[in-house]
Amino acid sequence: MQFFTQQVVSAIALGSVYALTAIGYSMVFGVLELINFSHASVFMVGAFLYYILTNIAALPGLPAFLLSVLITGFLGVAVEKITLRPLRLNNQPKFASLISTIGTSIILQNIMFLLMGSETLPYQTLFPGQSISLGETRISYMQIVIVAVSTMLLVSLSLFIKKSRAGMAMRATAQNYDAAELMGISVDSVISLTFFIGSAIAAISGIFVCMNYQSVDITIGTSFGLKTFAATVLGGIGNLGGAVLGSLIIAFAEVFTAAYINTSIRDLAAFVVLVIVLLVRPNGLLGKPVQKKV
Amino acid sequence: MKIKSNRIFRKLLFCIMACVLISLPLLGLSNFVMRLAVFVWIYILLATSLNFTSGVAGQVSLGHAAFFGIGAYVSALLSLKLELHFLICLALAAAAAGVSGWLVALPAMRLSGGYLAIVTLGFGQIVYIVLLNWIDLTRGPMGLVGIPSPVLFGIEFRKPQSYYYIALFFCVAVLLLFKNYIGSRAGRNLMAIRDDETAAAAMGVDIYKEKVKAFAISSAIAGIAGSLYAHFMLFIDPSKFVGDESTAILSMVVLGGLGSMKGSIAAALVLTALPELLRGFSRYRMLIYGILLVAMMITKAVDWSRYSWYDRMQQWIQRVVQAINRKKGGWKNGAA
Repeated sequence: MQFFTQQVVSAIALGSVYALTAIGYSMVFGVLELINFSHASVFMVGAFLYYILTNIAALPGLPAFLLSVLITGFLGVAVEKITLRPLRLNNQPKFASLISTIGTSIILQNIMFLLMGSETLPYQTLFPGQSISLGETRISYMQIVIVAVSTMLLVSLSLFIKKSRAGMAMRATAQNYDAAELMGISVDSVISLTFFIGSAIAAISGIFVCMNYQSVDITIGTSFGLKTFAATVLGGIGNLGGAVLGSLIIAFAEVFTAAYINTSIRDLAAFVVLVIVLLVRPNGLLGKPVQKKV
Repeated sequence: MKIKSNRIFRKLLFCIMACVLISLPLLGLSNFVMRLAVFVWIYILLATSLNFTSGVAGQVSLGHAAFFGIGAYVSALLSLKLELHFLICLALAAAAAGVSGWLVALPAMRLSGGYLAIVTLGFGQIVYIVLLNWIDLTRGPMGLVGIPSPVLFGIEFRKPQSYYYIALFFCVAVLLLFKNYIGSRAGRNLMAIRDDETAAAAMGVDIYKEKVKAFAISSAIAGIAGSLYAHFMLFIDPSKFVGDESTAILSMVVLGGLGSMKGSIAAALVLTALPELLRGFSRYRMLIYGILLVAMMITKAVDWSRYSWYDRMQQWIQRVVQAINRKKGGWKNGAA
């Protein structure tokens, strides 16, 4: 029993960081109807920036954290401006943008590879080794921080999208791009804002993941990005609640596969779940079927 | 008159090319160059088959290396464990890859663009993890060693000089298949699907069936490429069949121009030969692929005529062309 609850705790912590990255995919898909393959690499760059700022530039934790989140946010904006906007303004087909994001992802990953090498590097963590015990279950302080900050971010983000003017503009753009533009919404800046928020939150997620595992390497983008993407699709892409639900399901599937079946096939669980869900519900658990416009 | 001479010229060019390709191993080139030539054929198979789904039918797949891997492992295991003949291994490898492609396509082809890309990417990852962890069968990261070379008509095709002909044969056969398929009604259906699915469906094309068929054929061809690779290298391990490989193949397709078979062939030649020739740049190989992908997409999208230097360059080219034409006229007049 103690083993079981321990797994539940780590699945919840993992699920909440997945949710943070999944939201970035979901938001971009909502606004552009595009799957942003570069998101996973942006996530990895965010995690590495914190490593560079703390270990090489020797900044203290909090400023390094804020700075890397900010820089990653602007990186997301730059990625959109350089690699996606020209395609969008010239009405290129969707798969041109898709291939462009794949290319961007490879570029970011290889730049990081050339700068930092492919070794696994030690990552600074908060509260190393400290934990509290609930009954027989141990919960580390890091896990508490992860769950608390993620929940707070998710709640404030959904409030932002529901209540604020910018959030309303975002929803309008998602609903109908052209009509939103006709209503005087600057669609370009809405898209920039979307990329900024998505990338900044991905950086937070990346830093948390690496703090939790206390290590970082350049492959985290690939494996983590794929799994969070699976989570996004599972919950229904373009739907924030769905992203959270999907993330939790994927995290539980992964952690329990690792705990009860075999650690080396933990990544397999996520994809098997994804394929099954797509077979049964192609639009995800909470997604609405998309009406095709002619 | 002009058209006729053009046709004769093309036939002549074709004959010269065929002669060069057939006599290439007899020219006494080094083993290194001949190995490269075999790889070029294998990558042409991979690039054209991916182009068949992604370019002709417009269904972007990110897991092509998985089918390549399935073909390689099936063929290698059959010849190692059951000691089957090379051609049977190759046929079964194609069948295995084709059937798994069909199985992936059944759910995936109901999805559009990005979803399909992610499912194929996920499938590629699943195949890689299985190859890596099913130690009893695949020996995992140690790979399979001692795969036999093909023996046909009592001759062992071990050296790259002789293996070249096997690769050439299958490549030409597959290219002919694609040429005929694309020129047929089925091929036109695929292109209609790529250009506008709704319109194609309204014209009575069974979109789902056509897409699944195309995907299965493309996977089977990748399986053939895998089999050719396994019996040429005589050693395979999972690291050859990772996601990066799928991206490299996609880069070839995109660089050659989506939908253009000639483009894919040329790009496969360039992108296979270049990294081998520029060994020192192998660290930058993937980076270059990434830049290529983005640059190809952006340069197509940007309206270059907005920039004054583009106009000036075009005017300059025009002037050169005019000058050459004038010169030609001058020669003709002189001759007359």
